[in-house]
Amino acid sequence: MLDFRLDEDHEALRKTVREFARDEVAPVIGDLYQREEFPYEIVAKMGRTGLFGLPFPEEHGGMGGTYFALCLALEELARVDSSVAITLEAAVSLGAMPLFRFGTREQRERWLPSLCAGEALGAFGLTEPGGGTDAGALRTTARLEDGQWVLNGTKAFITNSGTSITRFVTVAAVTGTRENGKKEISTILVPSGTPGFSVSPKYSKVGWNCSDTHELSLDDCRVPEENLLGERGRGYAQFLQTLDEGRVAIAALSVGLAQGCVDECLRYAGEREAFGHPIGSYQAIQFKIADMEVRTHTARLAYYAAAAKMLRGEPFKREAAIAKLVSSEAAMDNARDATQVFGGYGFMNEFPVGRFYRDAKILEIGEGTSEVQRMLIARDLGL
Amino acid sequence: MNIVVLVKQVPDTWSERKLTDADHTLDRDSADAVLDEINERAVEEALLIKEAQGGEVTVITMGPDRATDAIRKALSMGADKAVHLSDPALHGSCAVQTAKVLATLVGTVEGAELVIAGNESTDGRAGAVPAMIAEILGWAQLTQVRKLEVDGTTVRAERETDTGIANLEASLPAVVSVNEKINEPRYPSFKGIMAAKKKPVSTLTIADAGIDASEVGLANATTTVLEAAPKPPRTAGQRVEDDGTGGTKVAEFLVGQKLI
Repeated sequence: MLDFRLDEDHEALRKTVREFARDEVAPVIGDLYQREEFPYEIVAKMGRTGLFGLPFPEEHGGMGGTYFALCLALEELARVDSSVAITLEAAVSLGAMPLFRFGTREQRERWLPSLCAGEALGAFGLTEPGGGTDAGALRTTARLEDGQWVLNGTKAFITNSGTSITRFVTVAAVTGTRENGKKEISTILVPSGTPGFSVSPKYSKVGWNCSDTHELSLDDCRVPEENLLGERGRGYAQFLQTLDEGRVAIAALSVGLAQGCVDECLRYAGEREAFGHPIGSYQAIQFKIADMEVRTHTARLAYYAAAAKMLRGEPFKREAAIAKLVSSEAAMDNARDATQVFGGYGFMNEFPVGRFYRDAKILEIGEGTSEVQRMLIARDLGL
Repeated sequence: MNIVVLVKQVPDTWSERKLTDADHTLDRDSADAVLDEINERAVEEALLIKEAQGGEVTVITMGPDRATDAIRKALSMGADKAVHLSDPALHGSCAVQTAKVLATLVGTVEGAELVIAGNESTDGRAGAVPAMIAEILGWAQLTQVRKLEVDGTTVRAERETDTGIANLEASLPAVVSVNEKINEPRYPSFKGIMAAKKKPVSTLTIADAGIDASEVGLANATTTVLEAAPKPPRTAGQRVEDDGTGGTKVAEFLVGQKLI
């Protein structure tokens, strides 16, 4: 009746990704992070392991799993490193998923197999320098001219948009005005390298240093009319659906970071001695780690609950917002406490907790800020 | 070509491993059990050959019931089927008994021409079983292999030992044991994980396999473990301050240890 156990397949997937993160990510990520390098080799290995194809059907080169399978993979990756996890999350949820869901047969056949193999990356351009949460304030425009879309505008904070394997960015743009005076928003596939489409040098960020993030500009950028993704004017509806799922994914990723803090602290509390005893024998440390475990556990239950509704095909907006809110706050709180447990070493970049501390903050901002989640929850309660 | 891969479930080298106090056999409850890493490489090598040349990969293991997890992993990597010999009578079997049993099982796999195994397990570390199996079957043996090539009925291998590299060539059937340089094993994909459940696993007792209980088990083993102790923890080293005589002190230390 009420059973939170994973089935054998998902348990085996979790174990596989845990091993992958331990053996392929952990040994190299510290150096990559300090050099702010995109983890090409790890991405290629994740691709060969099928992680980019997790929620897609086999006919497109996918693994035939669900979005929840992706969430489990994200959790296990983020236990070790968030840059790698967000690279996968954005590639699947924002790069491949809209194409799979709204693309034409030609568009799917052209892009999906290489996206599922992790050989190519797609990105999603929604946020603009002047507005993130306020998606209705979109300024980028696309006008149809001689069978081509002509795009103009600027996009900000676009993940996976400038790697050497990025193949396209799905750009949300205003394509006209509705009868009620509101903007008509559509999404258009812009292949990398299209004239007029330029990718700015990557941002210098507080965290997620191995993740590839750029500002993009479109200056009379022309693409064929058939690059429209889905129906004209359905852009807003498309990314609302994309964002709800994305919140569950970010929740899973946050739970991973929160769990990573517990893992690191448990190890350190047993090794590090002060006043002749391991620091884990002192209540000050025990209570901190107990609190961290409580946050991780409750956040995991929240994302499992949201994912369960999502998989059943029921509305899950509220649960997704709750999961995103509690898990990103759990990640931030755990990162802060873990850094405190490690003391001076927590402030050193060579220890994972320092990286966790840098990486946690964005979780309360990206994919809808904590304030937006509260707004969504309140609205869903009828307020 | 049909290939048999010998796999073994071992305690995870990431956890603390112990022997039982009662009979100095492996304490299987003390650590997580995993497919031995060298066996993952053996499976990978078999899959590479199968992908290039066709055929079927059968995984064979001898181990307790929970060794099904190790089998499942090999199947989710891409092996086609498995034979699992599980019988309480096998408890405490030595390397010779194990080799005899495994050779018998290899004989049950139709059309098997090539056996691939790890060169030594991370628990027992005898490193002798693959060679023994080859002897028992009367097949060619190519052990400690870091590179393998199968061309028709010819097997070519680079055998790596402490003394150097030997280039070997043999005709099938053959037993090959691989070292850790042979390849990088794949991780099972989710598709592979889901497919593994549907692959055939025949679970046998020793009676099913036609093996007599008097040939196996601790009581009939050719070797006995009399005592076991964990490696003593490393003691703190001796610190030499270099006040200009550091070199001499180091040399004196080495002489004292009879190292120079």
